[in-house]
Amino acid sequence: MSAETNQLEERAYTRSRRIRTVLTYVLLTLWGLIVLFPFYWMVLTSIKSYGSYNAEYVPQFYAAEPTMQNYVDAFTAVPLARYFLNTVIFTSVTTALALVVIVLAAFAFSRLEFRGKNLLFTAFLSLMMIPNELVIITNFVTITDWGLRNTFLGLILPSVTSVFYIYLLKESFDQIPDELYRAAKVDGASDFTYLMRVMVPICRPTIVTVLLLKVIECWNSYVWPRLITDDQLYFLVSNGIQEIRENGFGRENIPAMMAAVVVISIPLIVLFLIFRKKIMEGVSQGGVKG
Amino acid sequence: MPSRSLKGWLYLIPAIAFLGVFVVYPLFDVFVYSFEEGYNSASQTFYGTGIYNYSYVLRDPYFMQALKNTFILVIVTVPLSTAIALLISVALSSIKKLQELFQTVYFLPYVTNTLAVGLVFMILFQKTPYTEGFVNQLIHLFGGPSVDFIDGPYWAKMTVMCIYTIWIVMPFKILVLTSALASVNPDYYKAAKVDGANEWRIFTRITLPVISPMIFYLIITGFIGAFKAYSDVVAIFGTNLNSAGMNTIVGYVYDMLYGNGGGYPSYASAAALILFAIVLTITTINLLVRRKGVSA
Amino acid sequence: MKIVLEHITKRYPNRDKKRGGEVVAVDDFHLTIPDGKLIGLLGPSGCGKSTTLNMICGLESPTEGHIYFGEEDVTDLSPELRGVGMVFQSYALYPHMTVRQNIMFPLENRKKDERLPKEEMLRKAEEAARLVQIENLLDRKPSEMSGGQQQRVAIARALVKEPRVLLLDEPLSNLDARLRLSTREEIRRIQRETGITTVFVTHDQEEAMSISDEIVVMEAGIIRQKGHPQDIYDEPANLFVAKFLGTPPINVFEARAEAGRVYIGDACVMRAPDVADGPLTVGVRPEGFVPCADGPLACELVAVERMGRDTSIVARHRAHERGQIRTIVGSDVRFDATADEVRFSFKPAKTHLFDAATGERIHADATPVTGNGAAHA
Repeated sequence: MSAETNQLEERAYTRSRRIRTVLTYVLLTLWGLIVLFPFYWMVLTSIKSYGSYNAEYVPQFYAAEPTMQNYVDAFTAVPLARYFLNTVIFTSVTTALALVVIVLAAFAFSRLEFRGKNLLFTAFLSLMMIPNELVIITNFVTITDWGLRNTFLGLILPSVTSVFYIYLLKESFDQIPDELYRAAKVDGASDFTYLMRVMVPICRPTIVTVLLLKVIECWNSYVWPRLITDDQLYFLVSNGIQEIRENGFGRENIPAMMAAVVVISIPLIVLFLIFRKKIMEGVSQGGVKG
Repeated sequence: MPSRSLKGWLYLIPAIAFLGVFVVYPLFDVFVYSFEEGYNSASQTFYGTGIYNYSYVLRDPYFMQALKNTFILVIVTVPLSTAIALLISVALSSIKKLQELFQTVYFLPYVTNTLAVGLVFMILFQKTPYTEGFVNQLIHLFGGPSVDFIDGPYWAKMTVMCIYTIWIVMPFKILVLTSALASVNPDYYKAAKVDGANEWRIFTRITLPVISPMIFYLIITGFIGAFKAYSDVVAIFGTNLNSAGMNTIVGYVYDMLYGNGGGYPSYASAAALILFAIVLTITTINLLVRRKGVSA
Repeated sequence: MKIVLEHITKRYPNRDKKRGGEVVAVDDFHLTIPDGKLIGLLGPSGCGKSTTLNMICGLESPTEGHIYFGEEDVTDLSPELRGVGMVFQSYALYPHMTVRQNIMFPLENRKKDERLPKEEMLRKAEEAARLVQIENLLDRKPSEMSGGQQQRVAIARALVKEPRVLLLDEPLSNLDARLRLSTREEIRRIQRETGITTVFVTHDQEEAMSISDEIVVMEAGIIRQKGHPQDIYDEPANLFVAKFLGTPPINVFEARAEAGRVYIGDACVMRAPDVADGPLTVGVRPEGFVPCADGPLACELVAVERMGRDTSIVARHRAHERGQIRTIVGSDVRFDATADEVRFSFKPAKTHLFDAATGERIHADATPVTGNGAAHA
């Protein structure tokens, strides 16, 4: 008899567990839909023709006659290609410069001995607490005074340094055993050769992470470019999209706007899908959006 | 050894130069600006020093509006997003099938352009003479009246703002919490099961305490992030935030600096320092509460 | 290449900053290493042997003194200009490079005008690999190899630039027991083949004795003795060297000299007419004990361990430093293994007298005493 009750209990337990599993998947799928829906809507709207979109008082979940016309408009009616190119230039130059600065600084802190090193490193770390909003005012004035408004230089210079990445890479450099450095000395490698031929290749995973995070940061930057450019020739995609929204196709051509939004979103999504693991790892190590 | 000492500094020159010009110098400068009264950006002159800039900012109705908006945003989104993220992370770590797929999908908002997706949210929520918009359609479905979330009443605009902010901050929180959950030693769970604890007890007595440092970290970074909200607001309501009544403190700083009402770096500096003081205070309080909580 | 270390001293600032002052790692080290020899620097950890090696290498510079390679003063020369090859304890192979790239690395670092053409570098790398018998592993990464193979790569990398001096820091310590044996023969072979003056550092006396032409025993930054391994074993200059060399270790007794006789406890174990009266220390190698019924030293028998070729007798005596004597005798030596007591006499060549205070060796003619040691009374 007790065996029978046991069996009943067992069955009830299995059933409640199954129900919970189903509920779990329902919840996860629901959130998945909430995340994906804006993306779906943006692609959907971008392939609706201007006429049919405006005719839908009740928005439709499908496009009856999909069209690519909006994408053509996005590149012809507004200088989207220009914004795109600007962003590519800005992102690649800033990231490249940042990597040089970061690698050199991390190397000095990790490998070289010099007077005042610990004090300087502490000073660097404390700079991590300074919010960008506090320094951006002076930077705006500085760049304006230097006559660098509406130039790439003005866009790039203040965006180069990130103390956090120096810290991240230094930690990674610190993992390399001391003996390797001494071996390289005996092998006749200079400090710089050692850095480039031994440390950088060994720490490539961390450097790639830094690179990816920096690219994402640059691609999405909005505040600084907005302050420092008012000439459309130097707009980045973020400012471009804002410009399109306010003065672009005319307020009502939402499908064309969405086409532009799709175009500027794709590069990072592709990048993310390729380097998913690395990016998520890097972000969980301490990247904070904002 | 002096040559070796020199070498270290040599490698640091680029970093020091960039940080010096664009972080350290501005840090001091912003204080100076904030006390210079009547600064004229055209002639770069001022006629006195004092706390007038602060009192001006604090009496500016636009600033008070921005302060109010920011506080509402912080108070609503930080607890809500953390709670939802915790729920989703727990659900996510309890499954095996499709886990990676869900994780990937959930992270997508992190890598999207805030301005671009904000535009999509605007379209989903807006109501124009031509269309009700998707969200209003949903509301109709449940029998409610339609609202214009973008140009309509204050509470409606605030709602969109909060929803979008939560949507944007979620990837980071889910990521941090799932990795925290994954790092809990499974032996704890086994031991608790052997000791006869039910799942709810295991969650509240083991899982939560173990991952509480991470939750705390998320709350602090959440506070700081929400206080600095700006581009997501612009994404939905456009650049003219003051007239939309949706400005934030950071938005106020930028508007004072540049744009339609711009050209007042002194007011901008004062506002930025007020923001910094608020963030610092709240972080400190958080840390104190935390310390007390730990020792108790 | 002859190496001369001329009164080398190395001081470091004390790590404990509160105490301040300096730590002397190497103290007035004076040594000449003849050309083409294999020299072992032997000592316990912290004795300054690695610091000495690093100074020969050029990774550290002496606070005082000079280092000569042949006639050339290399004291202020950086490692890459000295023409030294070094094998590190952990091998320090570059993990992201293949074996070939690792071996070629030193050649590639040469200045433009001294750099060899690429084919020449490849040829030299292969030649070095052949010398250490890893020519079939050239495309592997270090992580895909065993410890012994990594060791060979490290040696090849050190040899590829045809150094004047080869330095090895604890070359065998990361290998398991079996590999250790074959690797040390391998090192010996390579050194013979190349004829490069080689210095290696070890804390393992067996390792040092088995392959070195000469060993230098160090303690606390000072050379305690140098010479041919067998000579040092047979004629230790002081108690430290006597204790450091040999397994099982030498047996040390508290003793005293009285009227030309050496007493352990009440037993007169030696006649040593030239030794002044007073306390001294007697060291007896394990193989220096002879069990015999009328031996002077009576000990409590603890255990008899038969190991085939020899037998190890474990006995107890109060005057012994550790209380327990361990001896090695031939398996053909007869004695009563069931008794409670065993009596020993000492072989004079295996018995050394040391000053009780300084530990310095007392050279004196000593002859064994047979018959009951207490007989004098």
